[in-house]
Amino acid sequence: MRINPRIIDKLVKIVLNSQAFFTVGILVAIVAVIFFKGSPHVNLEFIFSSPEDMGRHGGIFFTIIGTLLLVLLSILLATPLGVGTAIFLTEYTRESRFTKIIRFGVESLAGIPSILYGLFGFIFFVIKLKMGWSILAGVFTITIMILPTIIRTSEEAIKAVPRNFRIVSYSLSATKWETVLKVVLPSATPGILTGIMLSVGRAVGETAAIIFTMGSSLRLPTSLMDSGRTMAVHFYILAREGISMEKAYATALVLVLSILFINILAYYIMNRVIARYS
Amino acid sequence: MDIKIKVENLRVSYGKGEILKGISIDVHKNMITGFMGPAGSGKSTLISIINRMIDFEEDVKIEGGVYLDGDNILDGEIDQVNLRRRVGTVFAVPIALPRSVYENIAYGPRLQGINEKTELNIIVKESLRKAFLWDEVRDRLNKSALKLSGGQQQRLCLARTLALKPEIILLDEPCSGLDPISTAKIEEALDELKKDYTIILVSNNTKQIARITDYAAFFYMGELIEYGPTERVFTNPSEKKTEDYIQGKFG
Repeated sequence: MRINPRIIDKLVKIVLNSQAFFTVGILVAIVAVIFFKGSPHVNLEFIFSSPEDMGRHGGIFFTIIGTLLLVLLSILLATPLGVGTAIFLTEYTRESRFTKIIRFGVESLAGIPSILYGLFGFIFFVIKLKMGWSILAGVFTITIMILPTIIRTSEEAIKAVPRNFRIVSYSLSATKWETVLKVVLPSATPGILTGIMLSVGRAVGETAAIIFTMGSSLRLPTSLMDSGRTMAVHFYILAREGISMEKAYATALVLVLSILFINILAYYIMNRVIARYS
Repeated sequence: MDIKIKVENLRVSYGKGEILKGISIDVHKNMITGFMGPAGSGKSTLISIINRMIDFEEDVKIEGGVYLDGDNILDGEIDQVNLRRRVGTVFAVPIALPRSVYENIAYGPRLQGINEKTELNIIVKESLRKAFLWDEVRDRLNKSALKLSGGQQQRLCLARTLALKPEIILLDEPCSGLDPISTAKIEEALDELKKDYTIILVSNNTKQIARITDYAAFFYMGELIEYGPTERVFTNPSEKKTEDYIQGKFG
């Protein structure tokens, strides 16, 4: 016997709706907890003053600088490398065993736990290349860590650009590089930006790989060879060592807000690009 | 009469299948030459040889010669970018690039290093005029080209090709997806354009070939069955196959 199709449709709708609400609900709950626990302690002074007594008092200015340096430099290094690799894989080679191996490697790298990157960074950059615990060692490690994400998302975005656009561009006397630059990349930008955003999220939230390579020293870095501390690491240490849960939540709130800010900025850039190239 | 393109014993094969089986044909300057024939007759392949777009296909073998003003364009040394500047192409499906109407037209000139605003403005306006599109888009040059109708997009593609200032325009079934009014506008534009350009029109529509071309070539299964002045080909075809095709008995 067939169950009344209208009832089935209604049931499915209810189930799907509740799944969506459940997912969003969890997110809202997390943000709400951080907001209520953190907001009483967040103010301009907290953001712009130096930490005192291991972070028990004072602000988190040094860790904001540390986070900014680490994320910015990693993205600046990883984006050209990753997008370049994606362009090479999609536009400048034919499918072959070689590209399959690269792709397999990229996919495997994407699945490695971050602490292994940390360990590698520690052995290679910190010890072998004698960088010591430094922002630079952290930047290199995080760059390697986020490369697979950027390569994969860029590759998908580039592949999604219709072949016809390329054909038209060639027929209008463009070279391959001009076509990539003027037609392929603009159309792929929203997808590429998504990959960059995911990477920013990973870099901002990373702790293990960073403690291993950049260290956790709580002072204002004066050069890239200095050790430093990011907000995520600061939060981890404050909570883990029981230094101050209040400051930990306040740090977490600033972290969440900055990710929100970066996302809004990315959407703004994305919409500008889409408006121009559509 | 001047000969613009000379094709000599051209053989093209994809993998194992031979698409063009030894074609020789002279295309006259400042005329509209129509290529007609059923699907798979090789007419579009011939077009993609003339602009060397065939280079983007894989596993292609080409023999013979194709001469543009006496220069063999099958020569491996030929500058393809320069060739495609001289030989413009309009494809069957109108493909507007995802940007404004203005920037679509300016795409080719910008590649040639023309970036001066006043010069570009003139090129854009002229090209759109020649493609009979100016009056319809003059107020929306900065709007997305993707918002134009199919017929307008096809004329945009024609204008974009004209902006290259080519010598030859290849049109590969440019009206196959268009309504009669848009088709009429394209035909009107082509009739004006032949004064300054050599035009090759590939079409499945024999009536269109009869209407607007000066010379007509009938291709069948990779061979050139008949070629001559359009009026003669349509009123007094020398081959039975041509007659059957024109009368719509197959194809």
